[in-house]
Amino acid sequence: MTPGRRHLEPLKEWLIERFIWLCGVSAIFFVFAIFIFVFREGADYFFSGFKAGEFFTSIEWYPTSRTHVRYGALALITGTFSVSFLAMFLAVPFGLGAAVFISEFCPPRLKEGLKIVIELLAAIPSVVWGFIGLTIMNSLIVRLFNAPIGLNMFNGAIILALMSVPIIVSIGEDALKAVPDSYREAAVALGCTRWQMIFRVLLPAARNGLLAAVMLGIGRAVGETMAVLMATGHSIRIPHGVLEPVRTLTATIAAELGEAPVHSDHYQVLFIIGILLFTITFVINITADFIVRGIGRK
Amino acid sequence: MVEQTPKIGVRELRLSYGQHEVLHGISFEILRNEIFGIIGPAQSGKTSLLRAINRTLEFTAGARYSGSITVDGEEVGKVRNVYELRRKIGMVAPLPVGLPLTIYDNVAFAPRMGGIRQKGSIDDIVERCLRQAALWDEVKDRLHTLGTRLSGGQQQRLTIARALSHQPEILCLDEFSIAIDPVTTMRIEEVLKELRQQMTIILVTNLVQQARRLADRTMFLFEGDIIELDRSEVIFSNSPAQQKTYDYVNGIFG
Ligand SMILES: Nc1ncnc2c1ncn2[C@@H]1O[C@H](COP(=O)(O)OP(=O)(O)OP(=O)(O)O)[C@@H](O)[C@H]1O
Ligand SMILES: [Mg+2]
Repeated sequence: MTPGRRHLEPLKEWLIERFIWLCGVSAIFFVFAIFIFVFREGADYFFSGFKAGEFFTSIEWYPTSRTHVRYGALALITGTFSVSFLAMFLAVPFGLGAAVFISEFCPPRLKEGLKIVIELLAAIPSVVWGFIGLTIMNSLIVRLFNAPIGLNMFNGAIILALMSVPIIVSIGEDALKAVPDSYREAAVALGCTRWQMIFRVLLPAARNGLLAAVMLGIGRAVGETMAVLMATGHSIRIPHGVLEPVRTLTATIAAELGEAPVHSDHYQVLFIIGILLFTITFVINITADFIVRGIGRK
Repeated sequence: MVEQTPKIGVRELRLSYGQHEVLHGISFEILRNEIFGIIGPAQSGKTSLLRAINRTLEFTAGARYSGSITVDGEEVGKVRNVYELRRKIGMVAPLPVGLPLTIYDNVAFAPRMGGIRQKGSIDDIVERCLRQAALWDEVKDRLHTLGTRLSGGQQQRLTIARALSHQPEILCLDEFSIAIDPVTTMRIEEVLKELRQQMTIILVTNLVQQARRLADRTMFLFEGDIIELDRSEVIFSNSPAQQKTYDYVNGIFG
């Protein structure tokens, strides 16, 4: 290296550092910018006419009524939580189980095949899933459970579960693969069975990655719009059973935003719902973060 | 002599990874309650041999062996309960593998798997094993912190404690003192001399002097063949049977 170029090294280093710093900071900036934009769209109403009490406790959602306008989102909030919860109840055990199978028990050939299939599944657009819910699942549920309508919470939850399982499996499998083989061998050398090794060593060692997999799955479930719009029946009420139709926050925004006059109260409330969704995912992620650190500290 | 069956019998053992043969048909016996030293330069197949004995070799894809390995007269490849076989053998790997658990849980792992539930007895086992591994005094106040936060040498002693925790009949030490300072090594060596009352010890070591100090008999393994196996006094004397042994022991090799 010539002396001249060596002279430039600190400058080059500085430039690279700045550039990386910029990339990191811009990610934060964009998140804030989106938050502020969404909030600004709903801000007028939020500070003047918005009734938080009604929004959170009433199930009356009559945004377009002439005389009786109500913005009670309780049923929508319940809808989002119940569908997502049921979906995770189905998807997490399945997804983690499949991840363990693929990383620990699967013969190498089958493994490659399965991984390709799972990646394909992850790439199916949500409209297609919604269509499956609308047609196949719909008639299946009517026939199997004798339900009056096949478009309901159960249908939506299954579709969401099918959508999140591939994510949970592929991220979960990466997390398990990252556990060094020496852990497995050390545990087995102590005389424990494969199952004991998996439950006592492998899963605890991979816990952060597995939790991330689950969080991404939940994120997908809470944020998913199109598929639930098509599969859940889209009716505003508090469900009393899994076979009742529900409506979610996301589906409400998607269905109504196009028809709400810009800057009307209705329009602004829909943006407040957006903020609520934003907050929900934020809280979930922060909680997960605390869980991870809480376990990791010890 | 009291030993009828040897603790471990190896006959015509050929071991290979894929096409690459690492042990070329070796035969020897390890007696009950002896310290059996194995010396030999890198790549001679020492670690592979230990992994074949406790059957962890089968986790490496493509690794195979032919010939026979018996523990207490029983063929290891055909034992009914491989977990029981592995519990008979305590294994200390050359690079410490602290399981991602607390110090206490690392040592309590095997006893718990073995079905011991009472906290009192597990406490006792943990303390005894950590003392034997010369680690107790350094960690007794932080038993519930992660084992992976210990220094390299401390982690190595933790794996020794762990290997002792299920009261093995055979203790395999694969270059256990690589990361341990000489003073602590000496303390552990003293413990090993006592432990041989209770168990058979296989000591794989690159420190020729360590084998001389501890081993009753020593085997010199070179590129997958046994060059010489004899009482340590002979191996480390001025006139072992093979010139190669003399050269290796005295560091004038190659
Ligand atoms: N997992 C593996 N896959 C393929 N080959 C391996 C594997 N482990 C070991 N070998 C090969 O087997 C031979 C013997 O290795 P081994 O680890 O048994 O030697 P060693 O005597 O323990 O050496 P060292 O003193 O360096 O620990 C080496 O040539 C090595 O490359
Ligand atoms: Mg080795």
